[in-house]
Amino acid sequence: MAPLLAAYGHAVARRRLRFALSALILGLCIAFAAWWVRFDVFLLVSRIGSISSYFSRLVHLDTGALVFTDPADWFWGFTPWIKKLGETLLIAYVGTVLGVLGGFCLCFMAASNLSGSRTRWFTRRFLEFCRTVPEIVFALIFVLAFGLGPMAGVLALTIHTMGSLGKLFTEIVENIDMKPVDGIISAGGSWTQSIRYAVLPQVLSGLATYGLLRFEMNFRGSSIMGFVGAGGIGQELLISVRKFYYSDVSAILVMIIVTVFILDILTARLLKRLSAGG
Amino acid sequence: MSRLFDPEAFDQAVSRHGSMMRLGDVNRRYIAGIAAFAFALLCFGLVEAEFSIARMIAGATRLGDFAVLMMPPDPGKNLQLYVFAMIDTLGIALLGTLIAAIFAFPLAVIASRNVFPIWFVRFFLRRSFDTVRGVETLIWALIWISAVGMGPFAGVLAMATADFGAFGKLFSETIETADQRPVEGIRSTGGTAAQEFRYGVLPQVMPVIAGQVLYYFESNTRSATIIGIVGAGGIGLHLSELIRTLEWQHVSFVVLMILVVVAAIDFVSSRLRQMIGGQKPI
Repeated sequence: MAPLLAAYGHAVARRRLRFALSALILGLCIAFAAWWVRFDVFLLVSRIGSISSYFSRLVHLDTGALVFTDPADWFWGFTPWIKKLGETLLIAYVGTVLGVLGGFCLCFMAASNLSGSRTRWFTRRFLEFCRTVPEIVFALIFVLAFGLGPMAGVLALTIHTMGSLGKLFTEIVENIDMKPVDGIISAGGSWTQSIRYAVLPQVLSGLATYGLLRFEMNFRGSSIMGFVGAGGIGQELLISVRKFYYSDVSAILVMIIVTVFILDILTARLLKRLSAGG
Repeated sequence: MSRLFDPEAFDQAVSRHGSMMRLGDVNRRYIAGIAAFAFALLCFGLVEAEFSIARMIAGATRLGDFAVLMMPPDPGKNLQLYVFAMIDTLGIALLGTLIAAIFAFPLAVIASRNVFPIWFVRFFLRRSFDTVRGVETLIWALIWISAVGMGPFAGVLAMATADFGAFGKLFSETIETADQRPVEGIRSTGGTAAQEFRYGVLPQVMPVIAGQVLYYFESNTRSATIIGIVGAGGIGLHLSELIRTLEWQHVSFVVLMILVVVAAIDFVSSRLRQMIGGQKPI
């Protein structure tokens, strides 16, 4: 019994030591980061009053009444905002569709079971680049290249969607059953035909799922495109925040959040139907 | 030798089992309708966004010019400035993620069905998490800047707020999927509710949660690079200024630096996650 207990104690002690060491390293990192960014808890505590007053002003109208008491006044700009929201949705939609198409075309070239090593290497690096650079950075550059407006936003979303979906699609394509592909190739089919008749039927539902999920993410992405002048509701939000139109900020935020909720529910439903039907 | 493909046999097979090979007409029409609608919406969107061939060509040419001007990447005299801003970015990501995790954990416990019995409290918490999560980090950054002023401090708070929602949801889902048998075992030996949680649930969920936090730290280094665009500290401020002032060599240097740092963090974090044995959240 005694040697067993000793061994157990030893094992536990080693685990504890490792845990303590990692905690120490993490603590040092936190301390350094807090010092570096001048994160001051006391400042936060001392300013808690002004912070909470800012947030309480968000839910009060200019008249001083709570926003809920007068929805007509709260949403005074409903018509222009809903138009901008529609534009945001449209940017997200077009960006998603174009990105899905791009990712779809590239995923076969990036898949190790369907492509040669050189094509694969270039496609993969390209996809990596597209998804690692933040979409808003693309938007900043595209605004300069293509001019202000939703087109820059659409293109930025397209590039980013293509990069991230390209990778996910590639993973799906790499996990297919290769027997149908072999069958088509052995019957004399071309590469394109093998993709169409052997790969596509296996992967389509997976691709549709990822595409749908991406649309939801892209809506949130397109809601901030306006910050850099790339279209959508972000512009209105930026102006309201900068000019301290408090109730407008909360109204626009509510509209965005409600849209996200609706999209969330719709995608969940569609996904359910997709998995039931496919 | 018989032929590989026998058209006669094929026709016979089709006439016998054709209905099983084809989609129903209704189904086919349905799919065609959806596709037509999706395409029409796409065309409408392209027109609305003012896409045109001329604009595409002009823009692509200008992009090409930018790309040429970006070579070679060169930070000029600002190397130290950019590196320091990058460390700022990492600090914002680290602090934001951890603060979010610390605040989200207790609330996530309360929002879990197998731990907390009162359903409307859980419902309320879940919806709050969803609400917070529905707003982009950059929007939170904008709001926090108005509340506490410009600088990395607002960035940390924005990061923490946005992740708070995500963590609340993820953590409570993790806690709910925990195996109930250890909990029952502790209950059967007379443990209190607190002991059930500490010794029954916590050991199961802790590695998973640690993995999730690491994964978020990883993705937050990406988001933290952009929150500077609205003035919330980090490299984003420099990046947006450089793009606006057309300092392309600096831009390409900063972008390259971001890519390298993000890749390095990805590498370290995925190693750590493997060590912990936590899973990657979907």
